[in-house]
Amino acid sequence: MRQFTYERATSAASAAAAVADNGNAKFIAGGTNLLDLMKLEIETPTHLIDVNGLGLDKIEATEKGGLKIGALVRNTDLAADERVRRDYGVLTRALVAGASGQLRNKATTAGNLLQRTRCPYFYDTNQPCNKRQPGSGCSAIGGVTRQLGIVGVSDQCIATHPSDMAVAMRALDATVETVKSDGVTRSIPIADFHRLPGDTPHIETALDQGEIITAVTLPPPVAGRHVYRKVRDRASYAFALVSVAAIVRPDGTGRVALGGVAHKPWRVEAAEADMPNGAATVMRKLLDGARTTEENEFKVTLAERTLAGILEETKG
Amino acid sequence: MRFDTPATNNPIDQMKVVGQAITRIDGPRKVTGTATYAYEWHDASLKAAYGYPVGAAIAKGRISSMDVQAARQAPGVLAVVTAESAGKLGKGSLNTATLMGGPEIQHYHQAIAVVVAETFEQARSAAQLIKVDYVEAPGAFDLAAEMENAVKPESGDPDSAAGDFGPAFEAAAVKLDERYTTPDQSHAMMEPHASLAVWNGDELTLWTSNQMIAWNRAQIAATLGMEEDKIHIMSPFIGGGFGSKLFLRSDALLAALGAKAAGRPVKLALPRPFLMNNTTHRPATIQRIRIGAGQDGRITAIGHESWSGDLPGGGPEAAVMQTRLLYAGQHRMTAMRLATLDLPEGNAMRAPGEAPGLMALEIAMDEMAEKLGIDPVEFRIINDTQVDPEKPEKQFSHRQFVECLRLGAERFGWERRNPTPGSVRDGRWLVGMGVASAFRNNLVMKSGARVRLDREGVVTVETDMTDIGTGTYTIIAQTAAEMMGLTVDKVAVNLGDTRFPVSAGSGGQWGANSSTAGVYAACVALREKIAQKLGFNSTDVTFADGEIRSGNRAISLAQAAGDDGITAEDTIEYGDVSEEKQQSTFGAHFVEVGIDAYTAEIRVRRMLGVAAAGRILNPITARSQMIGAMTMGVGGAFMEELAVDKRRGFFVNHDLAGYEVPVHADIHDQEVIFLDETDPYSSPMKAKGVGELGLCGVAAALANAVHNATGVRVRNYPVTLDKIIRDLPRIG
Amino acid sequence: MVGTAAVSVAAANAGASAQAQSTTATIDRHSTQVSFTVNGTRRELTVDNRTTLLDALREQLALTGTKKGCDHGQCGACTVMVDGRRINSCLSLAVMHEGDEITTIEGLGTTSDMHPMQAAFVRHDGFQCGYCTPGQICSSVAVLEEIAAGIPSHVTEDLAAQMQVTDAEIRERMSGNICRCGAYANIIAAINDVAGRPA
Ligand SMILES: Cc1cc2nc3c(=O)[nH]c(=O)nc-3n(C[C@H](O)[C@H](O)[C@H](O)COP(=O)(O)OP(=O)(O)OC[C@H]3O[C@@H](n4cnc5c(N)ncnc54)[C@H](O)[C@@H]3O)c2cc1C
Ligand code: SF4
Ligand code: FES
Ligand code: FES
Repeated sequence: MRQFTYERATSAASAAAAVADNGNAKFIAGGTNLLDLMKLEIETPTHLIDVNGLGLDKIEATEKGGLKIGALVRNTDLAADERVRRDYGVLTRALVAGASGQLRNKATTAGNLLQRTRCPYFYDTNQPCNKRQPGSGCSAIGGVTRQLGIVGVSDQCIATHPSDMAVAMRALDATVETVKSDGVTRSIPIADFHRLPGDTPHIETALDQGEIITAVTLPPPVAGRHVYRKVRDRASYAFALVSVAAIVRPDGTGRVALGGVAHKPWRVEAAEADMPNGAATVMRKLLDGARTTEENEFKVTLAERTLAGILEETKG
Repeated sequence: MRFDTPATNNPIDQMKVVGQAITRIDGPRKVTGTATYAYEWHDASLKAAYGYPVGAAIAKGRISSMDVQAARQAPGVLAVVTAESAGKLGKGSLNTATLMGGPEIQHYHQAIAVVVAETFEQARSAAQLIKVDYVEAPGAFDLAAEMENAVKPESGDPDSAAGDFGPAFEAAAVKLDERYTTPDQSHAMMEPHASLAVWNGDELTLWTSNQMIAWNRAQIAATLGMEEDKIHIMSPFIGGGFGSKLFLRSDALLAALGAKAAGRPVKLALPRPFLMNNTTHRPATIQRIRIGAGQDGRITAIGHESWSGDLPGGGPEAAVMQTRLLYAGQHRMTAMRLATLDLPEGNAMRAPGEAPGLMALEIAMDEMAEKLGIDPVEFRIINDTQVDPEKPEKQFSHRQFVECLRLGAERFGWERRNPTPGSVRDGRWLVGMGVASAFRNNLVMKSGARVRLDREGVVTVETDMTDIGTGTYTIIAQTAAEMMGLTVDKVAVNLGDTRFPVSAGSGGQWGANSSTAGVYAACVALREKIAQKLGFNSTDVTFADGEIRSGNRAISLAQAAGDDGITAEDTIEYGDVSEEKQQSTFGAHFVEVGIDAYTAEIRVRRMLGVAAAGRILNPITARSQMIGAMTMGVGGAFMEELAVDKRRGFFVNHDLAGYEVPVHADIHDQEVIFLDETDPYSSPMKAKGVGELGLCGVAAALANAVHNATGVRVRNYPVTLDKIIRDLPRIG
Repeated sequence: MVGTAAVSVAAANAGASAQAQSTTATIDRHSTQVSFTVNGTRRELTVDNRTTLLDALREQLALTGTKKGCDHGQCGACTVMVDGRRINSCLSLAVMHEGDEITTIEGLGTTSDMHPMQAAFVRHDGFQCGYCTPGQICSSVAVLEEIAAGIPSHVTEDLAAQMQVTDAEIRERMSGNICRCGAYANIIAAINDVAGRPA
């Protein structure tokens, strides 16, 4: 870990300004991803701005009947919030499927959205990686890929986004609220928030340098059974091989988003009309154009069967 | 004391203390965080500086240049040591690769430098400033590809044969010929390798986390070119080892080199992401098993071949060993072949040989039983043998293998198993049961101890034995208490210090039996001395309730000790008796698993382990060894695999997020049964080991249960959902 | 740490952002004075900004009951309670704990006066090598509190109902604490014992 200076931010806009002016500055929230990566010098900020004191730790009802989740709300608190449990069950389920109790006590809403891939080559600074070091090559392609992506991948990167929470938020059509250094605010639909790797896998989100997340807004609740199924080898404390966030109405229609398959939470709205026709039909559209490796091709079958299980369980 | 003839009645047989369920005497320290591990000696006068290792970024080749200037000048840095600046280093006979690489690099993350700084943060960041250029050399990293180049190892008894296997197998009515693979595995003990080194002139004191400190001292001496008596090692608490801490590793060497260069005590722990390629692992195997049997289920021919790889100078994973002894069958062969691989060093991990060997053999037995239409428990029973099948003149000292199977089957409810695969459903879950045999040889090792009786009537035991979680502190206290007629609170135990008599150390599941036998020997000597001092006839004394008694005389031990106390020391040494009979430990594992009918997720529902392993010295700690091993077996069956990058030659998932081991949620009901037995051939303690036996066969039982649940036979470990999902019944 | 001047918290706060942009950074700005309470005792220390809470406890305060198993949030050996919540102290900077109340294993009990959970671990042999144990015990205590506080888990069936202490709940919630010695079954027994449930 390189040396860095440390400051506690006093306002979101001033924090944004500090980072906007300094390419080597970063925000730190729970620190559970950033510090992990700083220890390995995958992240090397020289200045950290602690955003924990900004008062962004509240969950409030919106005028439109949704919820506004402060960027600093801890994963545990979000999962436990009565309104979230009642009206956005898929989100609670996704949150508690992630990481561990200890980590969720620290992890924040914004930090969780911005956590970086768990591609093992990204984590080893001896290995070429376009995401870590643009232009150096992708070691994963042709290497160990069991955990890696099957849709939306590129010749430069096949990493996945590891968040569970984000998959549920994608199914809920959440919006990411930000402030830039000049005080300008943005509302970024979650669909546009994470990017596909393309030729620039190191650019992962729609955020500008210094743009700070202040909240995530959920639209009014979506009726139906809320399910989050996370599939992994060990029973807990493991990243998803595949996860499925689904909201299923009694008539079999609804929404589906996938985790563990792409560089972003994966949802194709056009596939959802097929939900009453069964998982196979949905997956044909949802995973259209999938590019798998010998090691991760099982994810196609797994995603389909996981959805099939959900559709079966939510029937009637 | 020489152990030349089978044990007869002795004070241990009283079982007033030995064999009792006594909680760990070191427990209160461990649960309050006051047990001190290697990195934690805070004596203010030490003021240790911090070492941080640098590892090779390539698997094979040479360092062409190395620039340590920036690191040397970094804030707080006290020293940087590389192979070049370290001076001449030897290599311990127990290491395959050198612990300090450069210019030649033998494996990925081989240590090539240590940076010493005032603080941990400074050392870690300065280590990143070392710039290294390499010339890479092509290496061999793929065991399957190297199989054809594998050779017969020069030592280690690679082949065995009896009868005429080939024709007998061909002629068998029912035959199986299959190939199985087991992956590279990591010990993944919770405490990383760590050492604190202090030099005083040319004398080295080392607090280190090591299972075998006498070996370790010899290896350090060889590596640093020192006299052994100039080295003092302490290892009183060890945060797990499983074989990974049998040998000198880079933490100790780098701490010693760093401390010398910095002129300061230095402590160093191997960073977790570095540890898995830097240290040793259990090597992967490819195994071919052939079994021929008659329709009656009697095995007529059994053949087991295994291929594994290691660095030049390394050895094979002895995966065929159990097959030489476990089942009857007139015609037999086993063979081990060794390929050269440039992956990190392969070496012992809990139940080396048997663990991966049984992973394969016990699936093969399940497959054979299925072919024969015989219940898998029954099939194993039919093929029991009471003699070494390769040397029928040699009997087992004690073999209650069939008893383990029968009792286990009864307790587990084996009769409820539906032999038709894929036929039991519990809601979302496909449910199956599996069984496998457990087998591990019983090794005995010379072991010494010193015991001192003081005027408080307290006996203090000193031995360089280690407790790696095995419960050694407690069973040694129980042994001394039993021998001296005391309760355990009147016994103090000091372990893990090279100033104490050399013991068996912790390895090969020999620790409990051998080290307590050493304490037994020392206590026999102490009893003699006490009797002598008091003028009692030593053949006619009893030690009970804190007293020594003879006829109608009774004197308290405190009084007998007097102000000077009485000290005795002895070592148990094993004569031919351990060779006369084949000594092994036996068991059976029964498991039930559920497989999600949709996602193919595999979850263990319940486990039962039955063991016949001689006298159980403490049922609490022995049970813990068993459940711990069974848990590791779940890992081996369903998740553990060091994933090899076959192009770059390293284990890719080299941390605890990438290399998954079981967590709480993976482990449901676990039950353990020990058969009541004593084995007079093993030692005066009549005990054997359970720490490795508990792991043997577990993974195969689980794989067999997956087959019973789904009808899918997976022969390549780990058995993960991707290997079965396509063959599950269609849904929706 | 060693050889650096103490900087007051106020100065560090006010100055840091300006300092980051200046080119004449001195070592002082890379360390910060922080004070928090550990096991009821107020501690004031100057830390290298990079120092984790775990290393501050172990190396500066000599509280080595809290263990370092991975230093990357992957094992749980470093679990401590901060303001009543368990966290991985290896993934948290010491400077970020100004004013916090920290409880470590040493704060739960001593060998002569063990916390009921510590005593239950001894009774049920909920450990072997002991290295994961302080983390397991801190988590165990916290898990019972989390269930009582109604925080849901992955295995909670009904998100609307009152949370129950069950084996499944305990196992899931304890899963962030790895025990390679495999003492899990005994740990569950110890926790059940303290929770007053039949083992
Ligand atoms: C062993 C392990 C297992 C895990 N398993 C899972 C899992 O199964 N599922 C899962 O979803 N996650 C998992 N996680 C990841 C965990 O959820 C994330 O580490 C956590 O959510 C990150 O949140 P944080 O607040 O700690 O982020 P930080 O580490 O503080 O920050 C992460 C990034 O976000 C930036 N940032 C933080 N706040 C803001 C803001 N307000 N505006 C702009 N930028 C900001 C930071 O600069 C940094 O780049 C696991 C982590 C570990 C260590
Ligand atoms: S998949 Fe992406 S993150 Fe992984 S090595 Fe390739 S470029 Fe890097
Ligand atoms: S040391 Fe913190 S989780 Fe492992
Ligand atoms: S007791 Fe050794 S890791 Fe848990």
